[in-house]
Amino acid sequence: MQHDIRFRLNGRPVSMDTDDQRLLLWVLRGDLELTGTKYGCGLGICGACTVAVDGQAMRSCQTRLGDVQGKNVVTIEGLERDGKLHPLQQAFIEHGGFQCGFCTSGMIMNAWSLLQQKPHPSRDAIVEEMDGNLCRCGAHQRIIAAIQEASK
Amino acid sequence: MRANRREFCKLLGGGIVVLIVQPAVLLGQRRDYPADPNAYLRIDENGRVTLFSGKIEMGQGVHTSLAQRAAEELGVSVESITMVMGDTDLCPWDGGTHGSQSTRFFGPAVRAAAAEARTVLMKLASQKLGTDQLTVANGVVTDGKRKVTYGELAKGKEIARLVDGKAVLRSVKEFKVIGKATRRLDGKDKVTGRAMYAGDLRRPGMLHARLLRPPMHGATRKSLDTSKAKAMAGVTVIENGDLVAVLHADPEVANSALQLIKAEWEKPAAAFDTESVGDYFLKNVPGTDKSVGATFESTFRTGYLAHAPIETHTAVAELKDGRLTAWVGTQGPFQIRSQIAQALGLDESKVRVITPFVGGGFGGKSRAQQAIEAAKLAQITGKPVMVTWTRAEEFFYDTFGPAAVVKVAASIDDKGKITQWDYTSWASGGRSSEVLYDVPGAKIQTLMARGSTNLHPFGTGPWRAPGAGTNVFARESQIDIMAAAAKIDPLEFRLRNMSDARGRRVLQTAADAFGWKGGAGPSGQGRGIAVSMDAGTWCAMAAEVAVDRKSGEIKVKRVVAAQDMGIVINPDGAKMQMEGCISMGLGYVLTEELNFKGGEILDQNFVTYTLPRFSMVPRIETILISNDDLAPQGGGEPAIVPMGAVIANAVFDAVGVRMYRLPMIPSRVLAALRS
Repeated sequence: MQHDIRFRLNGRPVSMDTDDQRLLLWVLRGDLELTGTKYGCGLGICGACTVAVDGQAMRSCQTRLGDVQGKNVVTIEGLERDGKLHPLQQAFIEHGGFQCGFCTSGMIMNAWSLLQQKPHPSRDAIVEEMDGNLCRCGAHQRIIAAIQEASK
Repeated sequence: MRANRREFCKLLGGGIVVLIVQPAVLLGQRRDYPADPNAYLRIDENGRVTLFSGKIEMGQGVHTSLAQRAAEELGVSVESITMVMGDTDLCPWDGGTHGSQSTRFFGPAVRAAAAEARTVLMKLASQKLGTDQLTVANGVVTDGKRKVTYGELAKGKEIARLVDGKAVLRSVKEFKVIGKATRRLDGKDKVTGRAMYAGDLRRPGMLHARLLRPPMHGATRKSLDTSKAKAMAGVTVIENGDLVAVLHADPEVANSALQLIKAEWEKPAAAFDTESVGDYFLKNVPGTDKSVGATFESTFRTGYLAHAPIETHTAVAELKDGRLTAWVGTQGPFQIRSQIAQALGLDESKVRVITPFVGGGFGGKSRAQQAIEAAKLAQITGKPVMVTWTRAEEFFYDTFGPAAVVKVAASIDDKGKITQWDYTSWASGGRSSEVLYDVPGAKIQTLMARGSTNLHPFGTGPWRAPGAGTNVFARESQIDIMAAAAKIDPLEFRLRNMSDARGRRVLQTAADAFGWKGGAGPSGQGRGIAVSMDAGTWCAMAAEVAVDRKSGEIKVKRVVAAQDMGIVINPDGAKMQMEGCISMGLGYVLTEELNFKGGEILDQNFVTYTLPRFSMVPRIETILISNDDLAPQGGGEPAIVPMGAVIANAVFDAVGVRMYRLPMIPSRVLAALRS
């Protein structure tokens, strides 16, 4: 259904007149030209499309545009501040928490949301919270180390 | 077809361009390498160094390690190098990124080109500064007092040099960049979402395409009704023989349109399925029985494996002024160029393939059917077209790693020496099927090798170290079986039968780091060991597992891996690959296997096909053995090879039960425990 959709995206107001049943993933990647958020499975199982909505990790391939009405959406493009990487991004580089990089945006956004809720999670809590994000290259051990580093 | 040297330099702009002609064999290619030179390296007027490589970056890290090779010889920082990879207009022809070959075979060419460039630059510097007592660091040449930069030296020059191989390479002792842990050059782009993959391309007027797919492989279409899709506003419907597609600027609308297409199909009967595949192979391709007199006879089996990269096959194609440009997530840009040219009836010179970052390949992106689909649709519609496979399409059109069977008949003497080895494999191919141990008269037979059989009901192809994981699972399990029967510690048994110095060293190193305690298995402690040699690299692993006797679940607690890969370019990158191999390897060992019934693929997403998750990953320790006397060997695949055996051997040590079938899913473990 055609709707006036308003939400905050990476700190800035967005206003769109479009179908509120569209999926956030394709609106981000298409209309809003933010391609850091990836399509991986379309069922919310792999986590490549993860963004934060009001500080909570959400699978944007399962999120209707109407669901973010009036909310605060953060994508991977919104983490840098004044050209400076977020500590999580820096830690992913330093620990080599990526290989092909395709799951990386979702990994970082899932971890960012975790740290919003729990600034100093235990290793077990990190494993539990990240378990729904798939990495095929096998960077798991380094991703955990990066999140631990960023949560010190 | 290819621009000549002068045209090439013009195309690239001024500065210093170093070209190289390499005999095919040096590049590890099976076909002839084009005899016309192509650029490898350019130093422009700003001192920027650009390295051109037909290889692609899919996570394995050659984007960084090839830059290290050039930086070392050239005397510049790694960060000052710009990589241009997988662009068929700009990069030297290449046989494809696979087989852990980039470092082994392309790397030496990069070094030679960089050394040649340094020779040219130093000569120019010596003319300028009037002395040949010069040193270079970070692209600045100095005689101790005065300085001149590479950029200043290259300014206004149009020098093209062909490598003659006479430029002296730096020795291992002189290395400043090679052998140093180097952070990846693609890091910043990948943690900020800026890294470009094929799906991130946007072209003016671009349409997203969705294609009609059969319900199973081998199905034929009986009827088609596209009327409802055609009635949707703004949707383009293409019916071109087997190619039926809907296109729209919004991928969700294209997807909705596809759901409106009605088609009926005739489906062939299934000849075999997930469980019966091995028996089907054995029945249809009988081997010759050579097991006469053997004390031990074992049959090992594995299932079909999906590559399952997180980036599905994606391509964008655009036809403009008679020339087709395709941006493709592929491991073989030059092969895809030929295929697109053929499919469209164009000359190869009219096709350009550009490879952005590839979101995982593992062998599965050696084929790029999606690029041909996008190219055909771009030709038909006259508009730029993107094809992004859904996850279900990715599981349907994957070129699966083949299911396989291995039979081993072997004997040992009373001193624990192997005296007989008759090995026959079905569908795993010959890679890593060598015995490695000192067995006189070992016999190895390879049946149904890749490309030689039509028994598979769907596409198959190379899966990270093709077949090697199966072959080593069989060999190293069989070695363990014999060690246990002889009541000899499995490490000791291996050392007793192996004279290869590199093999002995990796085994001992892994065992020491693990804290291996001698003793015949099963000890109840859940410890296993295995060794392999693949892509020139030796790898030994020791692992510790726990087996839940009630649920049949295997928990891998710890894996220690030691690797001898000759000179190591980027130790951090090499360890990343080892860890990645171990983590990914947990999948084919414990959970991953394609469920199918004939040509019908039952797995369509990660719901039923289970990739390794964070909670499955054990403590991993990796050791790189120093071996600077040996040229760099393969790194992307070797450590995935021993995973099946090391875990199966640890399971045997834990519960005294031998697993002959991968993956070791709980139901199979329970069945083995009960028998």
